[in-house]
Amino acid sequence: MPATAALHLAAEIGGPPHYDAPHYTALAQLAERGTLDFVTLGDSFARPGLDALAVLSRVAPATRRIGLVPTVTTTHTEPFHVSSAVATLDWVSRGRAGWSAEVSTTGAEARLFGRRPAAPAADLWREAADTAEVGARLWDSWEDDAEIRDVATGRFIDRAKLHYVDFEGATFTVRGPAIVPRPPQGHPVTVIDGTGGPSQDAAARHADVVLVRATTPEQAAGIRAEVRRRAATYGRDPDALRVLVALTVDLGDAETVPEPGPESGPRLAARGSYYRGGPVDLAELIGQWHRGGAVDGFHLTPITPARDLERIVNGTVALLQHRSLFRTFYPGGTLREHLGLARPASRYVLAEGRA
Amino acid sequence: MTAPTQKQMHLAAHFPGVNNTTVWSDPRSKSQIDFSSFEHLARTAERGRFDFFFLAEGLRLREHNGRIHDLDVVGRPESLTVLSALAAVTDRLGLAATVNATFNEPYELARRLATLDHLSAGRAAWNVVTSSDAFTGENFRRGGYLDRADLPQVLGSARTGGTPYTRAAEFVATARELWDTWTPDGTPRPFRHHGQHFTIEGEFTVPRSPQGHPVVIQAGDSGEGREFAASAADVIFTRHGTLEAGRTFYADVKARLAKYGREPDELKIMPGVTFVLGDSDAEAQERAAEIRLQQISPQNAILALEQIWGRDLSSYDPDGPLPEIDPVPDSTLVQGRVRIGDQLEVAARWRALSQAKGLSIRQTVIETTGRQSFIGSPETVAAELIEFVSTDAADGFILVPHLTPGGLDDFVDRVVPLLQERGAFRSEYTGSTLRSHLGLTEPVWKG
Ligand SMILES: Cc1cc2nc3c(=O)[nH]c(=O)nc-3n(C[C@H](O)[C@H](O)[C@H](O)COP(=O)(O)O)c2cc1C
Repeated sequence: MPATAALHLAAEIGGPPHYDAPHYTALAQLAERGTLDFVTLGDSFARPGLDALAVLSRVAPATRRIGLVPTVTTTHTEPFHVSSAVATLDWVSRGRAGWSAEVSTTGAEARLFGRRPAAPAADLWREAADTAEVGARLWDSWEDDAEIRDVATGRFIDRAKLHYVDFEGATFTVRGPAIVPRPPQGHPVTVIDGTGGPSQDAAARHADVVLVRATTPEQAAGIRAEVRRRAATYGRDPDALRVLVALTVDLGDAETVPEPGPESGPRLAARGSYYRGGPVDLAELIGQWHRGGAVDGFHLTPITPARDLERIVNGTVALLQHRSLFRTFYPGGTLREHLGLARPASRYVLAEGRA
Repeated sequence: MTAPTQKQMHLAAHFPGVNNTTVWSDPRSKSQIDFSSFEHLARTAERGRFDFFFLAEGLRLREHNGRIHDLDVVGRPESLTVLSALAAVTDRLGLAATVNATFNEPYELARRLATLDHLSAGRAAWNVVTSSDAFTGENFRRGGYLDRADLPQVLGSARTGGTPYTRAAEFVATARELWDTWTPDGTPRPFRHHGQHFTIEGEFTVPRSPQGHPVVIQAGDSGEGREFAASAADVIFTRHGTLEAGRTFYADVKARLAKYGREPDELKIMPGVTFVLGDSDAEAQERAAEIRLQQISPQNAILALEQIWGRDLSSYDPDGPLPEIDPVPDSTLVQGRVRIGDQLEVAARWRALSQAKGLSIRQTVIETTGRQSFIGSPETVAAELIEFVSTDAADGFILVPHLTPGGLDDFVDRVVPLLQERGAFRSEYTGSTLRSHLGLTEPVWKG
């Protein structure tokens, strides 16, 4: 039997908004004690809260290993700025950045910008895919060794290793190159919630990590196979993709948590992707689903991060570690390394056959 | 003890820029992009009790003769993101981001600035710049925005009466409205702004931030730019770094404030300046000359000439005489740089100098461009800085080191103690916000 692939775990640290840095720093540090692959921080123009990318940038120097994945809205924002900001998060975290692409569909959000009316989700996800595409091109637009500092010729950079990206999409064009040098990971990790229909295509084309919703391991396995198949149709290697099941978790009060019973086994609530139970049961569920090869891991959204994240780390994760199902330390330094994803070469190097 | 009435100096640290002031050929020059470089300079500035740390911005790589300019340091992080990270490794230092008002939208930028102010507990500043050339615009959205009233300016046409500054002024006013939407006790209220450039409404997602409004800095020198600063800015970043030009500029700008019901000390004037220190004045002069040679490499000398002449001069010898041919005015040879004035006039001046002193191209460029502002022993430099401030040529300085990231170390170790001894600069921070360092009051909440 082949060894089971590594289990990947991530957690959302958003919740009711906080407006100070220490709150988020403490949660990210807690998740890092649990050696999670990454934390996410949700964001939206539609509800109170700080800019998530800035918050995780503030968290970066106070953490050392954990991946940092803010939600970044691609509707109403500038693709060029999005690319620069995510690349910068990768620089300040020394290779631990990702971004979770999201669209903004409401008329209320459109009126905050006053630029154009609300649009259907399908159109907005096409634009999000374009943003991911142009972002990746911009990250590639500086080859890794573009900076030469050649005193003899007076040149700081070799401009042959800087590239125009010349992207033309339906809603924007970008000339390039990037103003930020190639980020440490080459490409920061792109996360897309691929459950909803409209985002599926963007996920298959651009996501390194796809979040999916499923209520049974069989269903999860089917969705995972489908995501991988779609990615392959875009010429991608399905093994360069991680499919994580997104679960909202309510670990309740320790007192009321039912004992895990061997026959009953952990189950999801009827409405799906919602787990209510104890941390030990959650470890059972994660172990079972992953052992069967149904998923590459889980993205957990605690309903009360300040309470539940502690239980996830000290209960669920500790147990998975004890059973040798999850890492006990970070062997690598970058988020790509945690996820077992290679650092991509610049497409412009590949195109010229210099890889 | 010095009299308590002595005018206090404000100091800021400019991260070395994307231009040839920044020397990269020196072995001590380190990464312009690693976070450690930003951390080093910011920590040094905070050790020196500086008011703030400053990042410039350029949204398109500069080009020369249709090709990416390759002679200077280039490549920098996005300002607000790197400043958010610096908030984690500093406690008191102000954090100033240059962000363009043409290629951003008020709702998003006001939110990002308010976020930085929260994350830094009241240390955020925004340097509002207005570059709006079509060259830079090629990195930004078109499509649905084409029918916007302000787009003709973005594209560089004079079709409408507006300028980048009318947009910037409305942008800042709109940002202030957004920063005021939450009540001081933390209740969000809807906003509605209907103006020439922006028509927006809804709810802002961030409560009023610790400073009320982040500090607003303006950089731009035209009459319109000065007027904008007088009406809306807390600090001006200027290039007038000599005593006479500084005094004239200072008097001009401060006189514009009354019209807006503002007091002279509500707008701080801070020229961007360079410095070279030595154990003696003579040693500093020697060093300054060496640094000029590093800054004006043979290749950079030709390039500086091409910027004035507006034509390809690559066949000229940097150690030979200036070209006989005349400049081409308004050429598009150089893209993505701020213009340096009337080219024909500059060319005539350079020629005259070269002939009078028998200078080569490289020597002429070294002689005419960007001599360091303050050169001398720590005592000399401290005395000159104090003179600038006490005679109203400036309220303080934005120091631009020529080396990344150690270029401010000597200044903080050797000049700052003298300024402190002479009562011209704080020995400790007395407040925790950037507004408090600058002696600015918190804006009144306009409910
Ligand atoms: C000292 C100084 C610094 C500036 N820094 C920047 C900058 O970092 N990024 C930028 O895009 N524009 C920068 N500008 C350009 C100004 O925002 C403005 O567009 C330009 O000076 C033209 O306006 P004016 O005619 O009023 O001077 C700077 C200008 C000055 C005077």
